[in-house]
Amino acid sequence: MKVDRRTFLKLTGAAATTTTFAGLGFNVSQAKNQAGELKTVDATATTTTCHYCSVACGIIVHSSDNKVIYTEGDPENPNNRGALCSKGSAMRQWTDNEQRVTKVKYRAPGSTDWEEKSWDWALDKIAQRVKDTRDQTFVEEEDGITVNRTEGIASIGSAVLENEACYLLVKMMRAMGLVNIEHHARI
Amino acid sequence: MTNNWTDYQNSDCFLIIGGNPAENHPISFKWIEKAKEERGAKVISVDPRFTRSSSKADLYVPMRAGTDIAFIGAIINYVLENELYDKEYVANYTNASFLVNEGFSFEDGLFSGYDEEARSYDTSSWSYQKEDNGDYKKDLSLEHPQSVFQLLKEHYSRYDLDKAARVTGASRKLIEEVAETLGEIALDPSKTSSILYAMGTTQHTFGTQNVRSYAMLQLLLGNVGKPGGGVNAMRGKCNVQGSTDMALLNHILPGYLGSPVAAPEYATLEDYLEAETPDAGFWVNTPNFFVSQLKAFWGDAADEDNDFAYHYLSKRKAGKDYSHIGIFEDMYQGKIKGLFAYGQNIMVDSPNLNRVHEAMKNLDWLVVADPFETETAAFWKEEAGVEPETIDTEVFLLPTAVSFEKEGSYTDSGRVIQWKWKAVDPPGEAKEDLWIIDQLFKRIREQYQGSDKEADKPILELDWDYGATPDANDVAREINGYDTRTGKPIAGFGNLKDDGTTASGNWIYCGMFTEDDENRTKSRDNSDPSGMGVYPNWAFAWPANRRIIYNRASADLDGKPWHSEKAYIWWDGSEWTGYDVPDFGPTVEPDSEAGRNPFIMRPEGVGCIFALRAEGPFPEHYEPYESPTENQFSSVQYNPAVKLWDGSNRGEADDYPYVATTYRLSEHYQSGAMSRNIPWLAELVPELFVEIGTELAAQKGIKSGDKVEVSSIRGKIEAKALVTPRVKTMLINGKRTHHVGIPWHFGYKGLVTGGSGNILTPTIGDANTTIPEYKGFLVNVRRLG
Amino acid sequence: MPKSILIDVSKCHGCRGCQVACKNWNDLEATLTQFEGSYENPTRLSAQTWTRVRFIEQTDGGLRFLFRKDTCKHCTDASCMAVCPANAIYRKDKTGAVIINRDECIGCKNCVTACPYQIPQYSKTAGTVAKCHLCNEGDRDRIGNGLQPACVSSCPTGALIFGDRAELLNDAKARVNHLARQGTEAYVYGEKELSGLNVFYILDEPSETYGLPAKPTFTDNDVFWLAKWANILFGTGLLTAIPYYLFFNSEEEPQDLEADDEESNSSEKEVS
Repeated sequence: MKVDRRTFLKLTGAAATTTTFAGLGFNVSQAKNQAGELKTVDATATTTTCHYCSVACGIIVHSSDNKVIYTEGDPENPNNRGALCSKGSAMRQWTDNEQRVTKVKYRAPGSTDWEEKSWDWALDKIAQRVKDTRDQTFVEEEDGITVNRTEGIASIGSAVLENEACYLLVKMMRAMGLVNIEHHARI
Repeated sequence: MTNNWTDYQNSDCFLIIGGNPAENHPISFKWIEKAKEERGAKVISVDPRFTRSSSKADLYVPMRAGTDIAFIGAIINYVLENELYDKEYVANYTNASFLVNEGFSFEDGLFSGYDEEARSYDTSSWSYQKEDNGDYKKDLSLEHPQSVFQLLKEHYSRYDLDKAARVTGASRKLIEEVAETLGEIALDPSKTSSILYAMGTTQHTFGTQNVRSYAMLQLLLGNVGKPGGGVNAMRGKCNVQGSTDMALLNHILPGYLGSPVAAPEYATLEDYLEAETPDAGFWVNTPNFFVSQLKAFWGDAADEDNDFAYHYLSKRKAGKDYSHIGIFEDMYQGKIKGLFAYGQNIMVDSPNLNRVHEAMKNLDWLVVADPFETETAAFWKEEAGVEPETIDTEVFLLPTAVSFEKEGSYTDSGRVIQWKWKAVDPPGEAKEDLWIIDQLFKRIREQYQGSDKEADKPILELDWDYGATPDANDVAREINGYDTRTGKPIAGFGNLKDDGTTASGNWIYCGMFTEDDENRTKSRDNSDPSGMGVYPNWAFAWPANRRIIYNRASADLDGKPWHSEKAYIWWDGSEWTGYDVPDFGPTVEPDSEAGRNPFIMRPEGVGCIFALRAEGPFPEHYEPYESPTENQFSSVQYNPAVKLWDGSNRGEADDYPYVATTYRLSEHYQSGAMSRNIPWLAELVPELFVEIGTELAAQKGIKSGDKVEVSSIRGKIEAKALVTPRVKTMLINGKRTHHVGIPWHFGYKGLVTGGSGNILTPTIGDANTTIPEYKGFLVNVRRLG
Repeated sequence: MPKSILIDVSKCHGCRGCQVACKNWNDLEATLTQFEGSYENPTRLSAQTWTRVRFIEQTDGGLRFLFRKDTCKHCTDASCMAVCPANAIYRKDKTGAVIINRDECIGCKNCVTACPYQIPQYSKTAGTVAKCHLCNEGDRDRIGNGLQPACVSSCPTGALIFGDRAELLNDAKARVNHLARQGTEAYVYGEKELSGLNVFYILDEPSETYGLPAKPTFTDNDVFWLAKWANILFGTGLLTAIPYYLFFNSEEEPQDLEADDEESNSSEKEVS
């Protein structure tokens, strides 16, 4: 859900409820303030939920020109009503963070370093590896029962993926015959 | 969670055990604080360490890690002896009245049917007596000697306060005070108490039974299905509820459907449905759910003529454990050649990391998908303590987006599925996960293009067409389910069919779309008509938008709320009404047979005080795999049904005298990849420290800030010491016993680094789930330099 | 009507959301820290850390784990204002917030020395002093825009409440009574201290336990005339700046020296 600054201020101040079924994202001229304009005044506000624990606090991401300039608790979200802990408050630093990996990296056997690669190169290479390992370790039948099982490959992760990504991952891995499918919930 | 976060405000007492919400779910304390202020709710914190949660508790109970069953068992015994339980609830809404077969017995730590060789039970004697017509034999007076109630009473009569105090380290007086507090609330229908737990409960060789003991206690106290009550698992990760629902786990398929094994009972679809569909309870609908899932997977290639492509589904080897530990034991033996580490930092979060590290070296290839370069991605580097030249693994590191750089839904601990929107693009060439997964599959499928082998059909015929870049909305619609003829969304799992006319990726999510294609997880109406923190139109909760499950139990047999203070749903004479979606047919009369079965997922229809688990139908105290003392309850030292692995080496108390427990801090997250790379969080906790009690520190000459070495039989780490009175010395079987607390967030990558606590933890897991025993293992400590 | 933040330690569980929220709103950088024997970090305020939570382990009379958010109190008798030779520290009439105008600050550190709570912090890099402005300045003026200060917005439990001072004082007294009924002896700290702190506390242990002086003093008393004199000279350009601590016989070294070093370290090695 995207809201401009004025709507956001209104939401923040009012106890009124809202029903929305889609990202809004409209533009209204900025709110007039008696005080100085806030640093977020021209930003777009997008609602998300916290990426850390499972309380699922609502968070508003204020962004401008594809850059995050501020994040804060969503006062509308019933779980947190605007509150955030240290981790939730720090989520903004995921962006503009030099630690982020921004290129596909590859490490050859025995190598001491990463090499940067293109997505195309890496994805095709991975697909070949998957096929090789699957074909080598695939068990089609066991005691007369079709088992379609690939034990040579394992998939681990992840409880930080969205439901939609989790689902596609499961669908893909099961179709490839994987049974070594696990993630955070086990540990 | 049976209940949810905002429902905390309705509670009159919180028993926080095996969890630390003030630190690990800090915002949940908003609702605990509200209950304290407005209801005068009591907070009880049971923990080996005095935590930030303990700081806000009315009662702090220091308890040795791994002694939950001794502690809860003593409380169960106390409330039974002193009649501090909810008699009407217990008689009608639990299986306390059911009669158990005569062959069932328990002696010296073992239930009937134990096979020492196999380390497992033949559970046939742990069964109910039945009438000739198949009905369960019951005694509602609960006096029959074979009734679950009497067997329960007998079992826990051995759990007296003194013995529990000796084993747990908690004083007799404190345990009694907890029992009295809970019992007092149980006898007052206007009040409820809640149990809050987390990984301190589950990460044991008997973790499942720890949870069972809480559930049993809550059933006895009449707290399940009511506002302010429940058994509430505070889950660790933002979408761990959703990822579990989606079955990123070997033993289940999405929606908790069983994943098939290579055995005659699962040879065909018919066999599977026969094996997996019970005679009673809501799971009788399994065929509708399962066939719809097969349709979602294989689309047009799945039809009645080919068993809906059932044979395409991978089948596990019967009896083999494919859990996390099992996978890495296989990898250690060279049986696994390729690994996807998708958004999970194995080289910090696995037990017995040195062994896992060895296992990783056996990989031919590794794919890591993460926003940061994790320890897992860098396991071959010098900083990991290895010589890169000696490691032949090919490693691919795929840069991913973080949460607000992509769209999709997360399911919170209270089962509420919230949509989240994308705010900005990922940096550089980092990509959204849906794009990456889609690309991976498309290119793998390409590799098989042209093959006419049966073995390759599951890949070639998978229903996978999400366009150039998958839209999360489309995937969500498939998860929800649709009519295969019209493509229209199915508005609830009651409409799913086993004839191929419906497809649904995950039946429990069915209903998150309306027939008119509205995605209800995007709904943002935060009105609370109940005034109790029920937000029926804020997002969507599974199942069927129900916010408290088993909510039939919030009303008495006649369908009236037990008390107006806790009114939640009730029978108005013609239908169920109230603040939530009733947990069964809205017009099922309360005094009908079905109307008295609040626990619809169970074939019995009632809550199970007696239930089949690997190590027995009643939780029994065993010592952790590594323990500083002998089991005082029986001669069976540790869980008799636990699986021992090649890597399960066991330290002895003579060499490793201190009880260690790993834990998390407010300021860091899990393996640290998502927090040790965040400057503002790195600043708050910049280094690994371990918590050592004042007495042990004095003995060892350790001061706060000193560098110490913590070792187990599996390895050692260095850390700074935090000497604190918050870690109390406990008297265990007459011996002064010390704990060492180890935050497990650290590793060798990131802005701030430090030793990984999991270098010390054992390769052993729960007898039912194989969740590793990260809590309650043995270590030694010494001061360095 | 002065605006206030009430800090109720009995509701604080030390999550430190406020500490990070402040950095986030005010774009303050992380500093390089190290473990110094407690959860508390950074271990002192700096020009990059305007608020932090103190962690206190109390063993007398039963084990307690105490938390107190430390920040500028926006005192009615604000020593920092009184001793500033450059008139760089001012009070907002509407809110009572005491704010350092960093454009006017000459970096003399008088305020650093004078503050009874060791709040203002000198930045070697900027050559000026910085502290909390109650989210009431420039494009960070949340309260002027009808919002709460960033720290208050983030607080989950109501340990931080923002509002009109008079109302908050009443709330605080009601809360003290509520706690008394539950058997906890609590009191308001900051009602009368320094003629009233705008950021004040409910405390449940002696103030010294929480690291707050029982009787904070308006440190201007002895040498107030000197500061004035310095101001006049400064104002007429006869003197650039007279460091206040040259006149003031402090028993302690100026508090900021350590912070000074830390700041210069951190600006070189900041972890962002």
